[in-house]
Amino acid sequence: MIRQFEQPHPYPGKLIIVEGIDGSGKSTQLQLLHRWLEGMDRPVFFTEWNSSRLVNEAIKRGKKKNLLTPMTFSVLHATDFADRLAHLIIPPLKAGMIVCADRYIYTAFSRDVVRGVDREWVRDMYGFAVRPDISMYFKVPIEVSLERILSGRPQLKFHEAGMDLNLSDDPVESFKLFQSRILNEYDLIANEYGLTVMDATLPITKQQENFRKVVAESLDSYDPRPMTRPRKRKVANV
Amino acid sequence: MSKARYIYGNGQPYLKPGELAGKLIVVEGTDGVGRSTQITEIKQWLEMNGHAVVTTGLSRSALLTKTIDQAKAGHTLNINTYCLLYVADFADRLEHEIIPSLRAGFVVIADRYIYTLIARAVVRGADPEWIRHVLGFALLPDAVFYLKISLENLIPRVINSERLYEHYWLEDSPEGLDYWEAGMDLRLGEDFYDSFLEYQRRKMLAFENMSKEYSFEVIPASRGFNQVNRLLKQGFLRILQK
Repeated sequence: MIRQFEQPHPYPGKLIIVEGIDGSGKSTQLQLLHRWLEGMDRPVFFTEWNSSRLVNEAIKRGKKKNLLTPMTFSVLHATDFADRLAHLIIPPLKAGMIVCADRYIYTAFSRDVVRGVDREWVRDMYGFAVRPDISMYFKVPIEVSLERILSGRPQLKFHEAGMDLNLSDDPVESFKLFQSRILNEYDLIANEYGLTVMDATLPITKQQENFRKVVAESLDSYDPRPMTRPRKRKVANV
Repeated sequence: MSKARYIYGNGQPYLKPGELAGKLIVVEGTDGVGRSTQITEIKQWLEMNGHAVVTTGLSRSALLTKTIDQAKAGHTLNINTYCLLYVADFADRLEHEIIPSLRAGFVVIADRYIYTLIARAVVRGADPEWIRHVLGFALLPDAVFYLKISLENLIPRVINSERLYEHYWLEDSPEGLDYWEAGMDLRLGEDFYDSFLEYQRRKMLAFENMSKEYSFEVIPASRGFNQVNRLLKQGFLRILQK
């Protein structure tokens, strides 16, 4: 069984993840959910994609010197994820906490495949990942996301516009082409893994209301008692 | 000229290696078996015979050397993280060293290849099927020579006065029995000697299991340098004359 994320996890905690392209408003929605959970005195832990110290330096160096290829980019992010999963996601889940993750493996599935990496291979590589209890996909048209990003800052970032793919010399045009391919992948993924699709053009409060409803339902079966015994370690089978 | 073939699957869609004029020959075997010495000699011999040769090893890529060293110094690596760091490093070397050299018609001698990465991963408890698939994008070599040695014959090559001094007094000595090579992160025994024994035993078993799966050509490496060298050269000639 390579793809462990295809079956439910054995931990008492809950894993809530959000996905969506840049400017979909997913981070805002997750922050609001976080406040709400804290307000109910739930033990919550918040984590983001690409935030560990382990491979940050290699990724930065690689980007600067243009050493990164689609494959090394993909493996480095998986390495980073493996580190965060082991340190920041699984232990709180074992302790019975609610883990809120801003982006998860589906970000890699969409982005890496658009960059030309094999669809099945990237899923196998993330095979050790834990299946989320709730996956919210914030779906938004490209134009809306573009408008939201550009109203906050003057320019698109190199990688978010997919400039490394040489789709167009114009960052805005490149962004549209790149992100529409990402959207296509997300649609496949949402279908494949049953992500809950949220209409991210709705008013913020309405989206949050829907989000909280979904979470509240899942928390009905939530028993936050921590695991008090370690899981049996698998004996090495070479 | 031959088309690229892969360990598993069809490689990465964006990576189109095209026709590969060179040969990829792998030399595998545990530390202390004499791999590097043999490769140095074989390279000279091939060059004398007019072949352009490139050698490539593990954990030497520009992108990751520093990160791997830092991560190892911390000793808090989880097994999947550990494996993926080496996969990233290997992917980098495959794209920037191995494929370009093969395209240009070089003989690429790999001083260890994905098989060592698989062995290290599984003895540390990684899912054997998982690590094989993750490394599936690797090019299928033209030959894999496995320098096989018994534990009994390996021990005096690794544990001798020269090496012991070197590793006790010099912190970053390049070869041999360091913390990771003795599998000390696995705490397999009360001291590095016991740990080394158990670690090598497990690794040898892993190699044994891969031997058929990946058609290794086994070279008995307990013999002296010259005998091993002669067998290796015969093998290289056979591949190069194809």
